[in-house]
Amino acid sequence: MSEKINNKTVLFNPLSKDNPVIVQILGICSALAVTAKVEPALVMGMSVIAVLAFSCVIISLIRKTIPTNIRIIVQLVVIAGLVVIVNQLLQAYAYDVSKQLSVFIGLIITNCILMGRLEAFAMSNKPWPSFLDGVGNGLGYAIILVIVAFFRELLGSGTLFNYPVIPASFYDAGYSNNGLMILPPMALIVVACIIWVHRAHNKELQEK
Amino acid sequence: MKKQSNLYTILYIVVIVILVGAALAVTSMSLKDRQTENANADKMKQILASVHITVPEGEKVSDVFGRYITAQTVVNSEGQVIGEDAFAVNVQEQSKIKDVAKRSLPVYICNLGEKGTKYIIPVYGSGLWGPIWGYVAVDSDGSTVYGAFFAHQGETPGLGAEIEKPHFQKQFRDKHLFKDGRYLPIAVVKKGQQPANGEDYVDGISGGTITSKGVGAMLSDCLTPYKAYLESIKR
Repeated sequence: MSEKINNKTVLFNPLSKDNPVIVQILGICSALAVTAKVEPALVMGMSVIAVLAFSCVIISLIRKTIPTNIRIIVQLVVIAGLVVIVNQLLQAYAYDVSKQLSVFIGLIITNCILMGRLEAFAMSNKPWPSFLDGVGNGLGYAIILVIVAFFRELLGSGTLFNYPVIPASFYDAGYSNNGLMILPPMALIVVACIIWVHRAHNKELQEK
Repeated sequence: MKKQSNLYTILYIVVIVILVGAALAVTSMSLKDRQTENANADKMKQILASVHITVPEGEKVSDVFGRYITAQTVVNSEGQVIGEDAFAVNVQEQSKIKDVAKRSLPVYICNLGEKGTKYIIPVYGSGLWGPIWGYVAVDSDGSTVYGAFFAHQGETPGLGAEIEKPHFQKQFRDKHLFKDGRYLPIAVVKKGQQPANGEDYVDGISGGTITSKGVGAMLSDCLTPYKAYLESIKR
């Protein structure tokens, strides 16, 4: 790498201009599954941040020793190991949440963002920038997840963090929760709306 | 050693796998106790939920459980007692045994003071995406349902997952397992319909048909072997 890496851009770019979900369109699969409620989305986001940041550091530390022909396998072993550890920790210290997320924590292993960042960044950069890159991309993912979950929970269940927020008088006046919002396809539509708004604000991202 | 040589590659992956394996083993072993404790506390909460008891904030689940669940027993399909530790019975494994006579059937006996003694029976079955399970509490007449609790692993939120909501579970209250002398565990039917055999029924969840059917099948499969036991407590 000849160009100087700016730690600040590494950390903050993934939040908006280079967001893994809405710009690179990675990790959509789990955005479908865990965004029916805000709480699991938040925990999922934090788990991804933790796994991504640590796997970036580990891979970056050993990047010079990894034989190129098995680098993907090594990356996967590191990710899978960390994911299992996070899952075990959740089961021990946040049992209810781990029950809610059940299989989805395990599916972090298949989240494209992780492999993408390890391969594209951590394999060729020093540990500290790699750590920032991991945190930044994890945050970018978590933010989108929480935004999607916010709309889905609000419109689909009328609650936020499981607390009812829509006053009973609304229901008396004929308002009802939109059951469609709870179904997975609506996550994609919400993500698409976010992409739409985001691109409308960032002209340079628009394709000609 | 050359970085691209076969020997280096093989050694490298062996070392990595051993390191990761060791890290996993250590984590798993050091957290094992806490995890089992959590899982047990969760199971106790679910059992208590079937008799409408929620554990108050700040109290230990096992204390509350011990206060209400005064006895446990394991019976067979003839109603004979074959053990005492109901909590240790794996209901999932037992429900898969085809020959009903070979199943161990756990019962939790719950003392609610003025409201009398309740008999809590665990049930286990399959929904649409994965396992569903629950606990059914029966009055001391061996027939009237006092309460029911259901949980699931991955049913569709808003549809099949509604079985864990109170509005579904409270329908079971005061339904009868014995109807006109026949033993017919409660049916789950489409709203507006009635079961053919005249047994007591509850409304299924619209949009969650397969999960609702799963609940019905689970009740019939897991409660049927208890016929003899329930008849014996009635006496």
